[in-house]
Amino acid sequence: MTKVCTTALVILMAGPAQSDDRRSGFEFMGPTTQSMQTDDMANPGMLAVLAGERLWNEPAGLSEQSCQTCHGDPEGEMRGVAARYPAFDEVAGTAVDISGRVNLCRTRHQRADPLPHENADLLALVTLIGLQSRGLPIQPDPDPRLTEWRARGEAYYETRVGQLNLSCAQCHDENAGGHLGGAPIPEAHPTGYPIYRLEWQAMGSLQRRLRGCFTGVRSEPWPYGSDGYIALEAYLMQRAAGMTMETPAVRP
Amino acid sequence: MADVLVNIPESAAPGEIIEIKLLISHPMETGFRPLADGTLQPRDIITSVRCLYGGETVLEVDLHPAISANPFLAFHLRVDRSDEIVLEWTDWYGEVQREVRQIEVV
Ligand code: HEC
Ligand code: HEC
Repeated sequence: MTKVCTTALVILMAGPAQSDDRRSGFEFMGPTTQSMQTDDMANPGMLAVLAGERLWNEPAGLSEQSCQTCHGDPEGEMRGVAARYPAFDEVAGTAVDISGRVNLCRTRHQRADPLPHENADLLALVTLIGLQSRGLPIQPDPDPRLTEWRARGEAYYETRVGQLNLSCAQCHDENAGGHLGGAPIPEAHPTGYPIYRLEWQAMGSLQRRLRGCFTGVRSEPWPYGSDGYIALEAYLMQRAAGMTMETPAVRP
Repeated sequence: MADVLVNIPESAAPGEIIEIKLLISHPMETGFRPLADGTLQPRDIITSVRCLYGGETVLEVDLHPAISANPFLAFHLRVDRSDEIVLEWTDWYGEVQREVRQIEVV
């Protein structure tokens, strides 16, 4: 019992939750990886943006309508959207992240099949939408129906899991700034998703990143699209509220 | 046709050294990666990149399987006349893709 209390206390004191000393994963990278991200000509994430711009204008499904048909240029309606998600979808009766939202538009409005998770076209569209929030502060949706999702996400964040029996908080709050093998442990802020990760040599979603952390502690990751991820995403975005969006980020 | 980002200044002063940047969307599949059934994912890489300035080859690079996906090339070129700059690359299957830009040297 005392042990639990001390841990909680340490998290409270060391936790980056409300203070301005929160640091994006960007700050933990070497200067070459940083300049790869900040130079749009060198950032491979911009290739996903190019692909996304093409797909944005392509009619899909039985509706034969493109994203452009209903939403106009991405620079307009999509500004700030990624900085606000996950959001609650009235009709589906559930919280969705941007990938889930794009698939809702595909099935509901375009009458097309949903794209599988980590599909390159889906990532390209989500990256294009994310770019429209680059430089804006994260502003979680105030919808009260999300409160419960964030609470669940926070509970997951603090629960020990896997054969290594570690919680997200133990690495990302208590040991942020330390090292795991050769890799610096960042504070787990979801500021740059989808990211181009050098290890993947590809774009990947926040869910893919979270799966990496689950397998890292030898815990069976939930299947893609599980509510657990949406809850964690909602909590991480709340925890990073006010931090600057940097999609498409580059990470080692 | 791969997505590609090309950065060549539109204009420069005579004798100026410009930087040319090229980022190509490409898997650079090594040919060494085993699939679930034990066979190897066939190699698919860009094998060479060339830069021509007014028809003259000013850079020629061979690429190999150890180069990461989405190769990024940056190099410098001294320009002394307005002319065409061509970037072209060849893949494993012999297919050639080309990007052409014009530079004004004044
Ligand atoms: C054993 C320590 C450890 C645990 C436990 C852990 N992570 Fe991580 N996490 C890391 C490391 C190390 C990285 C950076 C990896 C790299 O750069 O290669 C990382 C990266 C991340 C990132 C990416 C941050 C960025 O800048 O893009 C997020 C988000 C994240 N973790 C969330 C979580 C969540 C949520 C959990 C709990 C489900 C968790 N992690 C559990 C070690 C851990
Ligand atoms: C036939 C019209 C239509 C098409 C086509 C369409 N959408 Fe939508 N989209 C909507 C409507 C309507 C909403 C509002 C939510 C709802 O009613 O489903 C929406 C909401 C969204 C949102 C959430 C915006 C917010 O502020 O929360 C995103 C992101 C989005 N669409 C992306 C896309 C993408 C990407 C495509 C193309 C793959 C697309 N949409 C195609 C009609 C469309």
